[in-house]
Amino acid sequence: MSVRREPSVDLELAREHGLSDAEWQRILELLGRTPTFPELGIFSVMWSEHCSYKSSRIHLRTLPTQAAGQGAGPVDPGSAAVGTVLVGPGEGAGAVAIGAGLAVIFKIESHNHPSFIEPTQGAATGVGGILRDIFSMGARPIASLDSIRFGPLEDPKHRMLLRGVVRGIGGYGNSVGVATVGGETSFHECYRGNILVNAFNLGIVPQDAIFLGQAAGVGNPVVYVGSKTGRDGIHGASLLASAEFDEQTDAKRPTVQVGDPFTEKCLIEACLEAMRSGDIVGIQDMGAAGLTCSSFEMASRAGTGIEMELDRVPRRAANLTPYELLLSESQERMLLVTRQGAEQRVCEQFARWDLEAVVVGRVTEDGRMKVRWHGETVVDIPVDPVAENAPCYERPIRVPAELGERQKLDLASIEPESDPQRALETLLDAPNLASKAWIWRQYDSLVQGNTVIGPGGDAALVRVKHEDGTPTDLALAMSVDCNPRWCWLDPYQGTIAAVAESARNVACSGARPLALTNCLNFGSPEKPEIMWEFAESVRGLGEAARALGTPVISGNVSFYNETRGQAIFPTPTIVVVGLLDDVQRHAVSHWTAPGLAIVLLGETREELGGSEWLAQRRGLEVGSPPTVDLAHEHRLHGLLADGVAAGEIRTAHDVADGGLAIALAECCFSGPERIGARVTLDPALRLEALLFGESTGRVLVGTADAAALLARAAAAGIPAQRIGETGGARLQIGSRAGTAWIDGELERLAAIWSRALPRRLEEGEGAPALAEETS
Amino acid sequence: MFAVIQFPGSNDDRDMRFAMKSVLGVAAELVWHKNPELPPGTAGVLLPGGFSYGDYLRCGAMARFSPVMTAVRRFAEAGGPVLGTCNGFQVLCEAGLLPGALLRNRDLDFLCDWIHVRVEHAGAPFLSRARAGQVLRLPIKHGEGRYAIAADALAGLEAGGQVLLRYCTPAGAVDETANPNGSIGNIAGVRNAAGNVMGLMPHPEHAVEALTGGTDGLALLGSLVDAVTAAGRSR
Repeated sequence: MSVRREPSVDLELAREHGLSDAEWQRILELLGRTPTFPELGIFSVMWSEHCSYKSSRIHLRTLPTQAAGQGAGPVDPGSAAVGTVLVGPGEGAGAVAIGAGLAVIFKIESHNHPSFIEPTQGAATGVGGILRDIFSMGARPIASLDSIRFGPLEDPKHRMLLRGVVRGIGGYGNSVGVATVGGETSFHECYRGNILVNAFNLGIVPQDAIFLGQAAGVGNPVVYVGSKTGRDGIHGASLLASAEFDEQTDAKRPTVQVGDPFTEKCLIEACLEAMRSGDIVGIQDMGAAGLTCSSFEMASRAGTGIEMELDRVPRRAANLTPYELLLSESQERMLLVTRQGAEQRVCEQFARWDLEAVVVGRVTEDGRMKVRWHGETVVDIPVDPVAENAPCYERPIRVPAELGERQKLDLASIEPESDPQRALETLLDAPNLASKAWIWRQYDSLVQGNTVIGPGGDAALVRVKHEDGTPTDLALAMSVDCNPRWCWLDPYQGTIAAVAESARNVACSGARPLALTNCLNFGSPEKPEIMWEFAESVRGLGEAARALGTPVISGNVSFYNETRGQAIFPTPTIVVVGLLDDVQRHAVSHWTAPGLAIVLLGETREELGGSEWLAQRRGLEVGSPPTVDLAHEHRLHGLLADGVAAGEIRTAHDVADGGLAIALAECCFSGPERIGARVTLDPALRLEALLFGESTGRVLVGTADAAALLARAAAAGIPAQRIGETGGARLQIGSRAGTAWIDGELERLAAIWSRALPRRLEEGEGAPALAEETS
Repeated sequence: MFAVIQFPGSNDDRDMRFAMKSVLGVAAELVWHKNPELPPGTAGVLLPGGFSYGDYLRCGAMARFSPVMTAVRRFAEAGGPVLGTCNGFQVLCEAGLLPGALLRNRDLDFLCDWIHVRVEHAGAPFLSRARAGQVLRLPIKHGEGRYAIAADALAGLEAGGQVLLRYCTPAGAVDETANPNGSIGNIAGVRNAAGNVMGLMPHPEHAVEALTGGTDGLALLGSLVDAVTAAGRSR
């Protein structure tokens, strides 16, 4: 027997592993003995917040996970109708039928903590992980989005983090050959101690060929594929992602993994080939908690056990212990269960791609996870109690004492805007509203040849092809959205607004919202005020998802986004995916020609709470966010899809952050050529609300047939007014009485907007004032 | 039949096949890099973009040792048309089938954008569907696309009419503002002395449908189809 220097296992060691005293007791009862050191490691990762969702599960259960009208029972994937949820939350990712015999698979996931510690590798491995969730279900990943949030750019550390994260996302996504077609980026003081990196991926799979992470079939071989196992990322999930940051954070850098996109690219192709061969029974990514998590989850889903010989696991470091082998989060590894007798063929298939595939164990019927090392059993625990019956907490909830203070806004006391032109320029220069081209020009947004609308539009629009390359008429629209300031002011309304905005963006392309995924980024769940934010947010998510007909098919929770007690704003990142039946008929978010009528759909109210204008021009982040009328939203999305299909809508652009004036400016200069606009408005509201208010449920439309569109809107019960016309080289907004509020050359405005990010990044120490830059 | 070489890490291989097969309607097959021979009936070879072997070493430096490259070299030496785009261009330079080298972009970052190139010399086999002076709108997406070559070799290249494409403004002016990566002489695409091997950094295979951004890539790929068809007829 080998001699290992392993610590003796006791309560103290369990605490160091992040386990509570009660959880330690539970382990003793489950096993009827003291766990071995590797077993303790397994419990600590499987019962970590990151892997077990122990604080969030009770809330997540309330979410709608099936399409309206879809029965509760299992669906026949071969014949399920368009929109049917084929796979819901709990697997690697969710799946929905889209027609043409195909399904879309998608999910968003966080990689916040690793990216703050090591931005490039942290972000890169975030992309790698979400890709594996998609292709492990048999789907070819075709499009990525990302949602990234930083502290202020005046802080050199955050300029470094932005550069690093963008390099990581691009470096991995470009190399692996999956288009990054959109995303969102924002900056706020609340992310100074805790940046957010959420990565989304979407793939296409034949509807009846979806693979699940199941270790089915007693006696079937368990095969390890991909990179060798090293010491990287040990306790990435349990200790890094499931605890807040403190002074020792930098010491956690070794828990961040290192990405290898080349191996991932080979894995994608080899796994898709192998899955088509019929030899694969189940497959899963070795993600958080590595070999442990994947084998437990696969056995648990199939109601089986797994027997494993750790000596067979390929290693890239000497003297790895069983503990390390089981907990390593080395990247680009997959666990497969193959049919008996097919293992040789499968291994040869991987060898073609120069990938190592090794039989490391087999499926058993006793429901236990048994791991041997040098002939000795080092792990022997029942699967279900660890994987399925992890602790589940109903954490205490308390409304934050200062909530009333946050939401208080007396508009009468707010000094009116005296210089709307200046306000527009300030907002165009604000990093949150400015062009993000500096970021997305570093991403390959074209590979695979499906990008109809790439970064910079409201939603990305991607044409769907069959695996053999035959194009379909279908396209998928997707948009990632969240306004964290709104969620901080009111997590319930803010989350509803995030779902509504994402769905609205998707609808602006002409697609009909289909389903959604979410990444819920919050502070510590052990604080009742944070738990209140979380519960309110999930309540809003469920309500909006039901009202808009977009079931929640996958998701991820990221807690402990705080440093030294300072939590981020609640940031429930939402991605709605929509389906367009005829890709040739779609709308874009910029003016397509001069001489088009500009129609504003929806109603502008006197809503300035939580607005960018209030923050930028008055330095206030207070008030209640704009309300969302979900019934109106639903009708609006239908109107957009119908109007685009009828050819009446050529441009459709969501009116969001910065309000109508910013939305108009974006329509003028986010396209391949600049086209101006002349707009007149009724001054029925405060000027700031009219120009910069962020009332939801509004869309700017460019149309050649305003009469038909207005009639269509009236029939749909959507307020609509013709407010101007496209053309010229200026953006002009004034009153019907002839007052010019805004009148600027597009070239000048576009320069402010497009230079805002690069100039802040180029300037070493602080950016010059706007006046110097633009005068 | 067009052979689209598939290296481990090739990304645009399937897109190139799509352009040839689904858009231009000619036979095209992916050919695995470990094949020592090109398939029988290969009339043209396409080296696609991507990150062969991860490009962890110098771009294309590993791929040139792939077994299939011996066959590609033989094919080129026999006068067969070979087109390399992006990583394929880098592989051809590394393999010595094209002059020059591709270095890190001037601004160091990976850059994905639609740019313009001016056709310097039209004609078969790569640009028969274009005319000299024509401006094509094509996408680029690379981190290492700065074409570099020694001064005397450059003079030879220019004198021999081997510079086929230059980065330019939409109006066709070749100047520094239109140079996305710092390439010497704004060079975006070159051919060998014999005229049957071409490499370019832009991606013609991603400009073959109006739906996904434009069709100017067909000026290149369509020319290649014409050349192969003509060669087939004369055989």
